[in-house]
Amino acid sequence: MILRRTIPIWIATLGGFVMLISAFGKPIEGMGESFAEVFNVIAAIAFVLGAGSLLKANLTKISRRDAGWGFAIVTLSTFAVTLIAGIFKVGVNPSRDFPLATFSGKQTTPESPFGWLYEYAMVPLTSTMFALLAFYVASAAFRAFRAKNLEAGLLLGTAFIVLLGRTFAGVILTGWLPEWASGLRLENLSVYVMQVFNTAGNRAIIVGIALGVAATSLRILLGVDRSWMGTGGDR
Amino acid sequence: MHSTARAVLRRRFQNRLRSAVLLVAMLVFVRVAAAEFITQVPVESAQGAPSATTAPIEATALFNEHRLPLGMWILGIGVATTIFVSRARSGKLPTIRRIAALEAVDEAIGRATEMGRPVLFIPGIQDMDNIQTVAGITMLSRVATTAAHYDAVIEAPTSRSLVMEAARDAVQASCLAAGRPESFQPDRINYITDEQFGYAAYVGGKMLREKPAACFYMGCFFAESLIFSEIGNSIGAIQIAGTAESSQLPFFVAACDYTLIGEEFFAASAYLSGEPDQLGTLQAQDSAKIAVLAFIVIGSAVATVSAICGSPSFLVEAYHLLQRALGVSP
Repeated sequence: MILRRTIPIWIATLGGFVMLISAFGKPIEGMGESFAEVFNVIAAIAFVLGAGSLLKANLTKISRRDAGWGFAIVTLSTFAVTLIAGIFKVGVNPSRDFPLATFSGKQTTPESPFGWLYEYAMVPLTSTMFALLAFYVASAAFRAFRAKNLEAGLLLGTAFIVLLGRTFAGVILTGWLPEWASGLRLENLSVYVMQVFNTAGNRAIIVGIALGVAATSLRILLGVDRSWMGTGGDR
Repeated sequence: MHSTARAVLRRRFQNRLRSAVLLVAMLVFVRVAAAEFITQVPVESAQGAPSATTAPIEATALFNEHRLPLGMWILGIGVATTIFVSRARSGKLPTIRRIAALEAVDEAIGRATEMGRPVLFIPGIQDMDNIQTVAGITMLSRVATTAAHYDAVIEAPTSRSLVMEAARDAVQASCLAAGRPESFQPDRINYITDEQFGYAAYVGGKMLREKPAACFYMGCFFAESLIFSEIGNSIGAIQIAGTAESSQLPFFVAACDYTLIGEEFFAASAYLSGEPDQLGTLQAQDSAKIAVLAFIVIGSAVATVSAICGSPSFLVEAYHLLQRALGVSP
């Protein structure tokens, strides 16, 4: 009970208050950073647990011949190859300053196997996933902009103005408007919508978020909300 | 003494102790802030007479005066929290408006149970030092309790190993609290990768293969938010999202059935628990919001009148004062 609940709550309370006070008190400004470093150390230790979890999950999948077990072999193989290439600096040329020291070179350059894997395997794969967003944006926009009711109609109209105002088509379509009516040109309307309506709505959300963060932090610091340890913490 | 009564007494003692710690911290804060102002001495003018301006003495500067407005706001919220929590404990509970997304949590888990499919919970892609991840874990514990009651399977792939550990602890405690310790399956809460799109690829693939009936996205999300929610939409899952990333909210609103927008996400844990202490903090949050609203209205009025009247100096000063009170540099 004490190890699983009381001590974690007091660590959270102490750490939180030190971080809070260190933001305002000049003599203890450095203490907040020290606590942040402690977090990094814990996260590094937890990374070993994460790697263990990854290995266990994939080995179990292979041994049970679960659906997609072939992908688990690929995952484990690439994990092992990258880990070995990175830790042992495989194929890395020694640094010019220390030519006799084998491990003095950097493994992050594309000339080394580790850097090559990152540059020519990781980056293209990541870019491919990111590129998928274009299609998902199109499908989400198609659903969101269906004028089913008044609100959806307003959203569609606003989106129409903003999208057109940010393309050359918008400039061409309303470029003929005289100078005294230039505010009605799509490019100017688009800027107006973004700067006035969008900013006002966005700031209202941000104020709510800031206060929500403060209230949640206080709830955790004071031990009022213990559900981050599971609902058993409430008891 | 009965063990329950002893537990209540212990809980009461711990609450009192924490309130005392908060009070002492506030007193120290006020003392340091007051010392900062008291040590401001008049600056001698060229003629030797004290002028209206003042300057702080550097040697006694214990307090970071640039953050004074922020500190006063935090102090104000702290005081309001203490007051409203006390009021709630005495039985004066605030009325909380209905939040559709939270009302749908039970329905979504029930649907997953009926269909015999898992519940997918994504606690964002940031680490435990992000308050949104902590809020996501608190939601996970609530969802896990309901899932344990319904005997539904909950899956929570994480992109940070520390989040995995926290999520496992939360779900295990929730299963124990629900009286179903056997429902806890640690292998279903596993670490995938820190890499944003690597994680997105895994979760997307898992969703397409296993077709979860209910998907929860609660935490800090970036570009992957739309990938998750669009895939979830394509497999016909009930989707409930919550984030404080304002740039991702439109994507969740467009693709999910329910979305907790900003402050609703942080209020979710208190809303679902229904405990007086937590509901009191929501009331404190709302009182701070009213104060901010008042500052905005007064500031807008002062700025407008100042612009109409040709910017008289006292109005400009008043406007700058308001800006400083909100922690905005004039």
